[in-house]
Amino acid sequence: MIGLECHVELKTATKMFCGCKNEFGGEPNTKVCPVCLGFPGALPVPNKKAIELTIKAGLAFGSEIPRFSKFDRKNYFYPDMPKDYQISQYDMPLCKGGVVEFWLENGARGECRLTRIHLEEDTGKSTHAGSSDGRLAGSTYSLVDFNRAGVPLMECVSEPDLRTAEEAVGYLEALKRTFVQLGVSDVKMEEGSLRCDANVSIRATGSTTLGTKAEIKNMNSFKSVRLAIESEIARQIELLESGNRVTQETRGWDESSGTTHSQRSKEEAHDYRYFPDPDLVPLEFEAAWIEELRSTLPDPPFKRYVRYVDQYELPTKNAAQLVENPAWEVLLDGAVRRGVKPKSYANLLLGDVAKKQNEDGLSEPAATFTIPASSEFVKLIENGTITSKAAKEMFPRIWSGEITDPAEYVKREGLAQSSDRDEIKKFVDEVIATNADAVAEIRKGKERALQFLLGQVMKASRGKANPALVNELLREAIGSG
Amino acid sequence: MADSLIEMTAAETARKVNARERSAREIALATFERVRRTDGEVGAFLTLTEDLALAHADRVDERIAAGESLPLAGVPLAVKDNMCLRGTQTTAGSKILLGWNAPYTATAVQRILDAGAIPIGKTNLDEFAMGSSCENSALGVTRNPYDAQRVPGGSSGGSAAAVASYESTIGLGSDTGGSIREPAAFCNIVGFKPTYGRVSRYGLIAFASSLDQIGPLTRSVEDAALAYDAIAGVDPMDATSVDVPHESTATSLRQDLKGLRVGIVKEYRAKSLGPAIDEVYAKAYADLETLGAEIVEIGLPTADYGIATYYLIAPAECSSNLARFDGVRYGLRVEGNDMAETYDRTRAAGFGPEVKRRILIGTHALSSGYYDAYYLKAQKARTKIAADFENAFGACDVIAAPAAASPAFRLGAKSDPYSMYLMDYYTIPVSLAGLPSISVPCGWARPDDGAEEMPLGLQLTAPLFGERLLLGAAHAYEIATKHAKKHAPRIGVRA
Ligand SMILES: [Zn+2]
Repeated sequence: MIGLECHVELKTATKMFCGCKNEFGGEPNTKVCPVCLGFPGALPVPNKKAIELTIKAGLAFGSEIPRFSKFDRKNYFYPDMPKDYQISQYDMPLCKGGVVEFWLENGARGECRLTRIHLEEDTGKSTHAGSSDGRLAGSTYSLVDFNRAGVPLMECVSEPDLRTAEEAVGYLEALKRTFVQLGVSDVKMEEGSLRCDANVSIRATGSTTLGTKAEIKNMNSFKSVRLAIESEIARQIELLESGNRVTQETRGWDESSGTTHSQRSKEEAHDYRYFPDPDLVPLEFEAAWIEELRSTLPDPPFKRYVRYVDQYELPTKNAAQLVENPAWEVLLDGAVRRGVKPKSYANLLLGDVAKKQNEDGLSEPAATFTIPASSEFVKLIENGTITSKAAKEMFPRIWSGEITDPAEYVKREGLAQSSDRDEIKKFVDEVIATNADAVAEIRKGKERALQFLLGQVMKASRGKANPALVNELLREAIGSG
Repeated sequence: MADSLIEMTAAETARKVNARERSAREIALATFERVRRTDGEVGAFLTLTEDLALAHADRVDERIAAGESLPLAGVPLAVKDNMCLRGTQTTAGSKILLGWNAPYTATAVQRILDAGAIPIGKTNLDEFAMGSSCENSALGVTRNPYDAQRVPGGSSGGSAAAVASYESTIGLGSDTGGSIREPAAFCNIVGFKPTYGRVSRYGLIAFASSLDQIGPLTRSVEDAALAYDAIAGVDPMDATSVDVPHESTATSLRQDLKGLRVGIVKEYRAKSLGPAIDEVYAKAYADLETLGAEIVEIGLPTADYGIATYYLIAPAECSSNLARFDGVRYGLRVEGNDMAETYDRTRAAGFGPEVKRRILIGTHALSSGYYDAYYLKAQKARTKIAADFENAFGACDVIAAPAAASPAFRLGAKSDPYSMYLMDYYTIPVSLAGLPSISVPCGWARPDDGAEEMPLGLQLTAPLFGERLLLGAAHAYEIATKHAKKHAPRIGVRA
């Protein structure tokens, strides 16, 4: 049984309780003020945008948004934490419950219940200097950078509904996709904007009692989550099978050795002495405001994935790829409404469109790329009106909006695929006449030269010749068929 | 000559400076001269900010010359040393912050400076505002200007003593459970605690966030109103500051109390403070009646629970608020072998006994297993106390009561903490309810030890946001009784 606690840094312009910029990196201690440094006399003022983003995240997973919420202080001493308490939420989180639905690479689907989503502030970051490996042990002094202190941090706590490391990764990918789509977070793991703890316990098949759980702390890549959970499950099975017992403890994940190691046992757990932060007034939300937020939410990625697979009958791999680009949803649905086969349009999106976006450094198709033109364009390919060669020539002009009526364009330019034997025969004869060397090679059995001649004929016909017919006529003329 | 300058009220000073009869600079210079002669005996100030004061005074004179009119032009200001003033040492009366220069200015301080006040210096206080005598300061002794052997009250004792001894015209103090009203009573001046949330706490070093409130100490109610008008109002930097429109109070002070219903608390009446003191309060209530007020008896059934409730909530909040003083980022650091030992040693050396006591009480009250029995129960009691007041205000407009349980006592007289806590019996419930409350001089009484008479304060309390009503009533009482006019400190003045 696996439960995950994820910390996600929110994409707000400013920090959680002050006006300092919320940006990654920079010279240490340059994005700080008396408030986020917890200076004597400084007071927190909550960031409304951070509250809004957290509620949006909850709404996307069907969480209940209670009308009342509050911030509490979590008291403990820690050198990275300016006030020696963290402003967090204890018993009245912004979001309660909800379900995260996800899919696995093999197409299987799963779901995991959320316990809660709450909002808190991040701490600073220590660097230990003077030791060889940057660890505290052996270091001669430590430096603290408070740029990250006070950055809004959303914590998503799941129920222990996950069964395998793959499911855990599937769940995390679902979170990530949704947060990126909603603009809640960039979820850049390398910048620490998503960090994860896992609670792992095992139980015998058929047993309903949960085993003792161990908590693995601070994994910051999907890969380390997968490896750490696999390694921890293996460790616990081995312990139980050899007649030992699992102790409740916190374990750290060591990337280099691929193992978890004991950090501290739960017996020495902190008493955080939570109490309502008297510097902040309780929060009360108007039902209408919550509904307004709900109405602005786009379809969640999982829902789109399911639609693509079940309704559009796309391969799971393609569906997963399409979901990654939220802007494609409108295009694909629009094209399908115009009678284009989902698979044909998906091919265009995953092929030429993806390539073009990539080349131009765009996160979504240019506005000049319209549903009517692109739908018409795919239909012309689908029904064989134009050859793939002609399509390749036309695509950049569809993209740029130069061609608004592809059918009319094909007609005007005479680009329709031609199966007129006499017309194609003329091109074939012409090409054979000017490429005697190639013809001789084909006669010697070099099939590749035939491809060359076919290309020449296509070129001469501006791509409109039916390639099958060209092949047939070439072979006929050379006499190798 | 110089004395006549510093003995003016804030209202008179501002009028003369605005009219360019006097300059802010000459008033500042006269004030520092007074402080040099006086403060050796009184000990009101921890830091003097002469350069800053003269720079401010010159700026004020320039603004006046340019045609501006400032409500507190050239008025000397003493700031309790738990409020940040950029570039000056701010200690909260503790060794743990000795040498710490505030990198920013508290909103209330900034606002009163913008109104033309001149910062004379930072005043002594009980460490982190915890105390009722100023004896808990780690940094110096402040004496009552009426008797050098007696305390000035606390925790805003330095600001009260500075104003009482004419070392400043306005003192800013902070009141958590009576820390403005009690020293005002002890020093025969006016001390005003506005409604919780009326004045921004931004830049006030927190003791108990849900109770702390900045307010003025002055020699007249009119001055208190002027200072309050300057500092009141919502502040985007303080989430607990309230956005209730502020109407000027200084321009609407009333001359009589006709039609005002004054509540006298039944439970307080049953408690004798000694015949001499009881007589002073009986006279004060009679004076209110003479001024046209109708005296009504009201009940505050939870009156006796105030102190117990307060001494759970305030320490709980302080245990958390004071965690940041850990030797990592600023202030005192006593190195240990590891992080935990550094915390321990720093806090052991930096905090005084009263602060440590409250941190321990608060930590215990919040710890798991005790939270429900202590902190949560105290919060419920607090709600009941507030409801009691709300109920009482159905029958009266303001409530009159003593401001403190005795006149100023001798230095060192109260060695056990509990007897000190009892001093705030009358002020604490008002603070728990967040109400606006003022102490005005109301007479003199001989202390138990038979020494010379010491001043007493009358506490008037109004409903939430009733500042205008409250200051008006206090003003009418003050001008009719003239107790404040008998203002003549016995120490720190030229022989
Ligand atoms: Zn900041």
